[in-house]
Order: sequence, then structure tokens, then C-alpha cells
Amino acid sequence: MNQPISLQQAQGFAFAFTNHPAGRSVIAIIFAFVVFAIFIAVIGRDPIEIYTKMFEGTLGSKVGLSEVGVRMIPFVLTALAAAIPARVGLINVGGEGQLYIGAWAATGVALYVDIGTIWLMLPAMAIAGFLGGAIWGGIAILLRHWRNVNEVISTLLSNYVAILFVNFFVFGAWKNPTGFGYPYTSNFEFESILPSIFDTRLHLGLVLPIIGIIATYLFLSRTRWGANMRAVGGNPDAARRRGIPVLRYIIIAMLVGGGLAGLAGMSEVSGIQHHLRPGISNNLGFMGFLASWMANHNPIAIIGTSFLIAAIVVGGDILQFSGDLPSAAMLILIGLVLFSVLGFRRLERKAE
Amino acid sequence: MSDVWLVLGGTLTGAVGPGISVLYATYGELITERAGRINLGTEGSMLMGACFGFIVTVETGSVTVGVFAAMAAGAGLSMVMAYLVIYRDTNQLATGFALTLFGAGITAYAGRGYVDSIIGGLNPISIPLLSEIPKLGQALFQQDILAYIAYVLGPLLFLGLHYTRAGLSLKAVGESIEVAFAAGRNPHVIQIAALAAGGALAGLGGAQLSLGLTHTWSEGMTVGRGFVAVGLVIFAIWSPLRAMVGAFLFGGAIGLQLQLQTVGAPVSPFILDMLPYLIILFVMALWSRASARAMPEGLKGVLKATT
Repeated sequence: MNQPISLQQAQGFAFAFTNHPAGRSVIAIIFAFVVFAIFIAVIGRDPIEIYTKMFEGTLGSKVGLSEVGVRMIPFVLTALAAAIPARVGLINVGGEGQLYIGAWAATGVALYVDIGTIWLMLPAMAIAGFLGGAIWGGIAILLRHWRNVNEVISTLLSNYVAILFVNFFVFGAWKNPTGFGYPYTSNFEFESILPSIFDTRLHLGLVLPIIGIIATYLFLSRTRWGANMRAVGGNPDAARRRGIPVLRYIIIAMLVGGGLAGLAGMSEVSGIQHHLRPGISNNLGFMGFLASWMANHNPIAIIGTSFLIAAIVVGGDILQFSGDLPSAAMLILIGLVLFSVLGFRRLERKAE
Repeated sequence: MSDVWLVLGGTLTGAVGPGISVLYATYGELITERAGRINLGTEGSMLMGACFGFIVTVETGSVTVGVFAAMAAGAGLSMVMAYLVIYRDTNQLATGFALTLFGAGITAYAGRGYVDSIIGGLNPISIPLLSEIPKLGQALFQQDILAYIAYVLGPLLFLGLHYTRAGLSLKAVGESIEVAFAAGRNPHVIQIAALAAGGALAGLGGAQLSLGLTHTWSEGMTVGRGFVAVGLVIFAIWSPLRAMVGAFLFGGAIGLQLQLQTVGAPVSPFILDMLPYLIILFVMALWSRASARAMPEGLKGVLKATT
């Protein structure tokens, strides 16, 4: 009848697990948490206690879970902002800046365009955010195509410019006149705020990453255009010989990627902050980039990696609040997780 | 008109200090890239150098020990990079970028208690005679010791790259790992050494920032200088002498911005702060075609800019 599984079966299962990409990632993540536990122990804290607090504050309660969900919104969007250009071979490290510009554009519409009804206002802000991020990302493509400037450098440096650009407005023309001198814009009116859902801090911006993931997945895996993008990313010369308009795909991929990061900015100001201020992002775009690499740019896997990073960040906030660890320590953990996931990936035998 | 001369003179004086930290990081990244690797963790190594150089100086009271600690910290971070990209074949750009965030995390954590610390730090040394040259002398020859080392290091690196066996090995690996291996060189050892040197120099650049220029530590104080260095290496067409031009251009942009703020130019400081980044992008765009031709073969797979 039911035999206990034999040693061979157990070995076979273990082998299958350690050979499957998802299985290897799980082992890698556990490894990273173990290394971080050693770090916690070295600085004289109890790792079990720290991890328990993190777990209780994130996955262990309804409030914690909803907070993780809130954080996932920008991570998923900025991860897609890296993943979609990556499909055509572009490296978009500018999600942070594109997010800021998207937030700026959405704020501009919210404060200075008189639309009135929430049904038109929110879509208008989303479009503005998308366009802002897309144009900001598009500059990198302009520089790349006409002046041979590699997009890694241009997107990296444009992050710093975007942050200063937002500061220029919130410390200057857009500063709230009744804000006691703080560098905030005026608060948004009711019609510019994404309504909250399920009686939590979760807000309607949640539909953005959901649509983003589904659309990206279907587009990339089910359409001819998605297959063409993969061809462009694999070998642009071969793709060109097959008659694929390579440049058009590169432009569109970058504009859509930048646009999604811009949407993340719109969702942050409209769903969470309700005004624009300096430092709205605090590395959201950078961590989205890491989430995309951790997921190997696979849109479905991005859900998992964004969830993991969101949980770590929320857990870090809990620890910061309780005075256990400064939230900067979470950057160390996220770095360890990424190194580990990348390092545990199977080495492909290169054809020599 | 006298205002213009005042601003220009001040810019020149103000250009050298901020330029030196970027120059070290650029030298370091240049060595790394000549060996066929690109390290976006340069920004992280700079932060490590700035932070641990400062901490060790506070704790030991010796700025010399601090400077060496900064180099060790920068090199230590780039060794993580070396293991992952060379032995685990991970993506260089993603690994380097993650390393920068990792370094930002470590330094933010380790440096918390030192934000208000006061140090003697590195102080300017006047070179007799040379420092009395009008305008130029004060700008170039009234600097701290790290600046003088940086002046000499550029030409030395140039000679080393082109006329020593080590330099030729480095370039050979950057052009083709297979050919270098066939010629009896050990590509892994050379790339590890190049990454270590790159990290150490970036750490030194960070130390110049915290110990020499500002005498303070603050979280994230490099604000992208390590990434600027990666861009400058491309602008410099992988030549240490052109790297000096690029770094002082960046320093000049910072000097100009500070000068304009001092004389009360009617421009927002936030717009002026954009200047250094915009100027780097601008010069990269101007000289990009020459860079594309001179790029080491080993980098072409990673840093392509045409499709």
C-alpha cells in the first residue's frame, strides 16, 4: 500500500527541487536570510527576535499584509519599467527618476488643471504620470540613438537630475503658501485622491500593477510583437534582417517602461502622499530594478520578487519604528538576497 | 565684467577639490574596464571609502590609517563583485548596481554614530613657488596630499598601461579573455586584481571627499559621483590623461555652481545642482563616436549603444 518514500525518491525530489529555477531561488533567499541573521548576531542582537518582529509586522496580520500590498504597487510598476526594456536588450536604471517625473506631472494636473470630477481627474493624472515618465525615459533613447550614449549611464545620471527637478518646484513655485515654509505642495482635493479600498491603506492604485502584469505577460508571451521583442533583445542584427523594425521596438519598449515608472509616481502622490514633496520615492525605483533582475525579467515572477522586497521594506520600517534596527539595514538584506539569487542561478556551460 | 572674472577665478579654485574624488574613482573604473569588466558598484565603493575612512580616522586619530582603511573598504566591496561576476557569471550591471545599494546600506548603518564627529582630516599643503603662480597656483598647488598624488597618478597610469607588462596583460584580457589565456596569462587573476584596484581607488576618492574636502560624513554623500566616474571613463576613451580632463570638468561644474550661489545669481540652487550631471551627459554625447571606436572588445557585449 502506501510505502514511505524511498531514499531514491527523496533524492530525486531534492534533485528536482535544487535544479528548478524557482527551487534554487528559494534556497538562495533562505541563504541570504541566514547570512543576514549572522550579521544581526554579530552586532549583538537576537536574529530570531528580529525576524519574528518582521514577520508579525508584515505577513502575520491584516494591517501588515495590506501595508506590504501598498508597497508592492510601486515595486511592481518600476520592476516592469526595467523588465520591458530588458526584453529588447535595454538596461533602464532610471526608474527612480521616471517615477519622480511621473509624480511631478500628475501633481501638476491635480493642482493646476481644473477638471472637477474624480472620474476624469484620476485618469488625467494617470495619463500625465505615464507621459512624464515616458518622456523622461525617452531622452535616454534619443541620446542613445543619435549620440551613441549608452542608456545605462544616461538613465543613471538622469535620476539625480529628476530629483533636483522636483525639488526645484516644491521648494519654489509649487510650495504650499500655507505650509509653514515646508517644501510641500498644497494637499490634493478629493477628486485627485485614489480612494482607499477594503478599509485599509490599500488604494485603487492597486489596479495599475495588476493590469500592468497581466497586459505585459499576455503581450510578451502571446503576441507576435512580444516574440519580435525577444528577437530584438537576442540579436538585433538578425532581427533587422528578418524585417523587424528594431528601432521602433526599442523606442516603444523604453517609453512604456518609463511610463509605467511614471504611473508608480502618480500612484504614490495620489494614493499615499496626497501632495508632492522631496524624497517621495526613497529608492523605490532602484529596488524595482533589483526586483526585475531577481525575477529574470519575467512578469509573473516579478509579483513574487516585488512581494519579497515589499515585505522586507515594511519589516524594516517596523524595526526602525521599534528602535531595533535602522531601516538602512534593510538595504543590506535586499542586497544579500539579490547577490544570492543571482549567484545561485545555474551556470550555463558556455559554448567555447 | 569684473564679476565674471571673480566667478571664473573662484570656479577654478573650486574645481580641483571636488574633481579629485571623482578623478580617483575614474582611475579605478578605468583600470577595471580595461580588464573587460564594468563596475557600477564604484558608487558603493566610494561610499564605503568615505564612511570607513572617516570612522577609522575618528577612532584612531590618524588620518593616514583612515585613508588606508578607506582603500581596504572600497576594495572589499569590489571583491564581492569579483566573486559573483567571475565565478558565478552573474550580470555585471545588476550585480554592480546591487552592490551600490548594499554599500549604501552598510555605510548608512555603520556611519550613524559619526554624523556629528569632528576630525582634523587632510589639510592643504602649499607647494613653494608653484602656489604663487597667479590664479592657477592657488587652485592647483594649495591642495591636500591626495590631490598631488592624483596629479602624478594619471601620467603614471598612462605609462603603466602602455609600457609595462602588467598594463599590457590588463589590456589583453580586456580585449579577449581567450586570446590572453592562450598567451599564457591568467585572466581571472588579472580581472580580480583590476577590480580590487578599482575598488581601492574608488574608496580613496570617497576618503578624499569625507577626509579632505568636507571633513564630515553624511549618508549618501557621494550623490552619484561613482556613476559619474563610470560615464567619465567612456568620455575619457579609456585614457587616464583624458580622465583628468573629464574629472576637472565635473569639478569645474561644481565649482561654478558654488560660485554662482555665492555671488547670488538669480537661478535656483536646484537648477545649478543639475549642472555637473548635465555637463557630463553633454560631453559624453559630444565625444561618443570616438569612445565607441576605442572601447575594449570585452566591454562591447555589455555597453553597446547602437542597434
